[in-house]
Amino acid sequence: MGVVMSVEEVVGSLESGMTIGIGGWGSRRKPMALVRAIHRSALTDLTIVSYGGPDVGLLCAAGKVRRVVAPFVTLDSIALEPHFRAARQRGSVEFTEYDEGMFMFGLLAAAHRLPFLPTRAGLGSDVMRVNPGLRTVRSPYEDQEELVAVPALTMDVALVHMDVADTRGNGRYLGPDPYMDDLFAKAAGRCFVSCERMVRPGELDGPPQTLLVSRMHVTGVVETPGGGHFTDCGEGRDEAFQRHYAASAADPEAWAAFADRFLSGDEAAYQEAVQQWREEEGR
Amino acid sequence: MSATRAEVCVVACAEAWRGDGEILAAAMGTCSILGARLARLTFEPGLLTTDGGALLTAEAVPFGAPAGAVEGWLPFREHLWLVQNGRRHVMMGASQIDRHGNTNISAIGDWARPKSQLLGVRGAPGNTICNPTSYWIPKQSTRVFVPKVDVVSGVGHDRAAELGPRAARFHDLRRVVTDLAVFDFGTPDGSMRLVSAHPGVEVEQVRAATGFDLVIEGEVPETRQPTDEELRLIREVLDPKGLRDREVKA
Repeated sequence: MGVVMSVEEVVGSLESGMTIGIGGWGSRRKPMALVRAIHRSALTDLTIVSYGGPDVGLLCAAGKVRRVVAPFVTLDSIALEPHFRAARQRGSVEFTEYDEGMFMFGLLAAAHRLPFLPTRAGLGSDVMRVNPGLRTVRSPYEDQEELVAVPALTMDVALVHMDVADTRGNGRYLGPDPYMDDLFAKAAGRCFVSCERMVRPGELDGPPQTLLVSRMHVTGVVETPGGGHFTDCGEGRDEAFQRHYAASAADPEAWAAFADRFLSGDEAAYQEAVQQWREEEGR
Repeated sequence: MSATRAEVCVVACAEAWRGDGEILAAAMGTCSILGARLARLTFEPGLLTTDGGALLTAEAVPFGAPAGAVEGWLPFREHLWLVQNGRRHVMMGASQIDRHGNTNISAIGDWARPKSQLLGVRGAPGNTICNPTSYWIPKQSTRVFVPKVDVVSGVGHDRAAELGPRAARFHDLRRVVTDLAVFDFGTPDGSMRLVSAHPGVEVEQVRAATGFDLVIEGEVPETRQPTDEELRLIREVLDPKGLRDREVKA
């Protein structure tokens, strides 16, 4: 069962060198409050496992990342993530690049304590060349088909962001897509849930099939109103702010100003700075 | 009515799904998305199309419009299972494509330290090895049509042949549509062949925008013109804001 924690307590329980899975997809329902807290922490040498978006970008920008494990890194409405691009082009991060389906099979394997799962995805592509550790497996049945054995994507910790959670850590999503958040929760040794809104046990009203993450997989839960900002948390992405992020990220001086304004304080300071930015921009 | 180049491209994309029946038409890029929905509204009514997100729409909806009535749910996890299941024909983009149909959306230059990091392989490896696959390339040039792609994201015919007939039995590259022409791989060794040039485009122009030896057999026909009904559907129903013109300039 999860216990109610603060953002600082969650990040304080992490260690450098850990493998951290991050839920959501691209620039959608990412646990950005927790990511921002890692950004301002002393953590380093992390392996980040993610359907990557600005979570990967921000952590690369802060030099927190040794390796990225991902099928893509994108901001969705802006195709390429500037910080991730820069890190790759500088050669400052290692990259385990998987097909999207392979990545899901890796999560499924880890979530179900299997060493690997077989799939055709990856065969014939350079995913096999750039991941020389990947192995294939031959079907033991009559077909004898050779398939990619996607290794379990195990992780020390998973961070996911829910629209609503109760104080025990049960989490509900309200958007159209659960992404793979429940698999991240099951694949990790420990899972921390951040949520836009926290309620008492028994008050998670709504269709039962939108209850995505169970307290049996959750170590801690933290309420972070606006904690998914600027990614899409059901009511749409803050596209204006994402454009501001991407434009700033493309230029070192502009990024220093962005980081100083938005990322130098705690989460409350971030939310306040965003509010002020919106007022200045007349949004 | 006379059609713009973008409208010719929308119809050429739509033609990729002709005969597919009741499968998901998965599309990337404006003209490709419009093409999938146009095919559904006209000659291929059994197709399933999305709202661009997790919803299978009850009817083909205008570009960028809300889903309206829904007939199914296809969040990413189900979409990725559907790739394995096979009832899907995807039309992807490509930053590089070679004559065997290998494509790259991952990185330009040396993968270990790319000159330009792009998206990552995304679903291209699985798509190409599991599903019928076509490509929509809005701006054909020798930068895109290259002798050899830097990273093989989508699997081409030479790579599929190396895997052998069993592993590659679902590999099925259908066609490539660009702003200039339509191509397929209907040659003995699966090399790319020019099928038709769009109205107003010379074969020489297509050849000049291609960085490898293109198979050209005899007289190259012209890509078909949209019908009046297709033009009406594109202009009045599917894309009244004219977003197709941003992708392919008039």
